Amino acid sequence: MKINVQDLACNTGILKAGQQIYLSGTIFTARDTAHARIVNIINSGGKSHFELEGSAIYYCGPSPAKPGQAIGACGPTTSARMDVFTPKILEKGVKILIGKGARKDFVVDSIKKHKAVYLAATGGVAALLSKTVKKAETIAFEDLGPEAVYKLEVEDIPLIVAVDSEGNDIFKRQKLGS
Amino acid sequence: MMRTIKSIEISNAVEKLCADANYSLPSDVLESLKKNSEKETGIAKDIFNQIIKNAEIAENEKIPLCQDTGTANFFIKLGRDAQISGGNIYDAVNKGVVAGYEKNYLRKSIVSDPLERKNTGDNTPANIYVDIVEGDKIEITFMPKGGGSENAGALKMLEPSAGWEGVKDFVLKVVKDKSANACPPLVVGVGIGGDFASVGLSAKKALLRELDSHNQDDSYAAKEQELLKEINNLKIGPMGMGGRTTALAVFIEVKPAHIASLPVAVSIQCHSCRRKKIVL
Repeated sequence: MKINVQDLACNTGILKAGQQIYLSGTIFTARDTAHARIVNIINSGGKSHFELEGSAIYYCGPSPAKPGQAIGACGPTTSARMDVFTPKILEKGVKILIGKGARKDFVVDSIKKHKAVYLAATGGVAALLSKTVKKAETIAFEDLGPEAVYKLEVEDIPLIVAVDSEGNDIFKRQKLGS
Repeated sequence: MMRTIKSIEISNAVEKLCADANYSLPSDVLESLKKNSEKETGIAKDIFNQIIKNAEIAENEKIPLCQDTGTANFFIKLGRDAQISGGNIYDAVNKGVVAGYEKNYLRKSIVSDPLERKNTGDNTPANIYVDIVEGDKIEITFMPKGGGSENAGALKMLEPSAGWEGVKDFVLKVVKDKSANACPPLVVGVGIGGDFASVGLSAKKALLRELDSHNQDDSYAAKEQELLKEINNLKIGPMGMGGRTTALAVFIEVKPAHIASLPVAVSIQCHSCRRKKIVL
C-alpha cells in the first residue's frame, strides 16, 4: 500500500499492525540528543524548530552525503532509546514515528491514546533506504553532527506497521508466539 | 632480524580498511544470509531480501551498508620483530581512521565524554587491541561496530556451580531480552572464563570468526551448535518480527579462570557483520 504523510497523519486508523507500506512526503529526523533538546524546549514553553502537529519523526542519524547525493546512508536507529521522550512528543501532535525495534508498554499505550502509529524500517539496509530520500536539509541542532534534525523528502520508503493506532503491537504478538 | 614498517604505511592501510569494511559485506556473511533466507517466508523473507539487495547497492555504489559506521575497533597482531618508524601504532591507526572516515563519507559517531556527549568530529579515538606475536608482520583486523548491537551486550560473574547450564541460561536471556533491538539475524559472541576484564574481549574477538567456522575443541563446537539451535527456537526472527533465523552463528571463546569464578560475556553483532583484515 502506498500512502503519503499528510493523508496518514489525518487518518492513522487505516493502518493495521503487520501491514507493509510505502510512505512518501516530508519527515523529520531526530534521535537521542535532538529528542532531549526538543522536549526541553517544549517543557520550557518554547516552540520546536518544526511543526510537531501532524508530523512524522524518523529516528535516524545519516552518514554524510557524497557530492551529488541527497543524503548518505540513512537507516533507522533503535527506537527504544527514544521511549522516555515519546509520550511528550505525541502529546504535541506528532502522528507518525519511524524507527526500529520494540517499544515499551507505556509508549504503546501513548500511541493508542493519541491515535498515532509506529512504523518500522529495516535496520542495516541504509544504502537501500538512501535511494528513497530525494531531498535533505539540516533545520536544527547542526552542532550535533549526525544527530542534527534533517528535513527529508522521501518517496516510497518501505515500512512495516509495528504499532497501529489501536495499540496492536507486532513485537508483542510475536513475543506471545501467535 | 628486525623489519621496519613506516607508520604512514599503517595509516594508509587503516584508511583503506575503513572504506572496504563499511562498503562491502564479507562473502561468508552474504553467503550465510542467502542460505538462511531460503528458510523464511512473509515479512522475514522480505527483510532478508532487503538486506541482500542493500549489500549489492552498498558495494556497487560505495554507500555505507549501515549509516552507523560504528566505533572503529582494531584487533592487531604485532610481530615482535616488526619495528614501527615515524610514530607509534596507536597514533598511526587513529590517523588512518580520521582520513578513512572523512574521505569516504562515513559517519562520525564518537563523543569525547560519555556524559557531556560532544562529538569528536572524526570518529576517534579508535578501540585498539594489540597482541604481541612471533614474526615480523603486522596483522590488522578492523571491525566497525554499531551502537544498537553493542548496547545489547552483557556480562555476568557466575558462580562455578552454575556450570554450562548457567552460562546457557544467561546467553539465552540476553538474546531474548535485547536482540529485537540489535538488528537480527545476529552473530553471537560468547566469552567464558578469564576475569571481568578479559571475558568481554573474548566475546568480542569471537565475532571476528568466519561464519562457517567452529570452536577447535569438539565439546565447545557442540555447545555453539546447541546455543544456535536454542536461540533460533526463540523465533525472534529478522528485525525481531518473527521468523526462523534469529542468529546466523554463535561463537564461544574460552579462557582459564579463578577457582571461585565463572565469568561469562555476550557480545552481539548485527546482520551487518562488517570486518576486514590486512597483513603488512
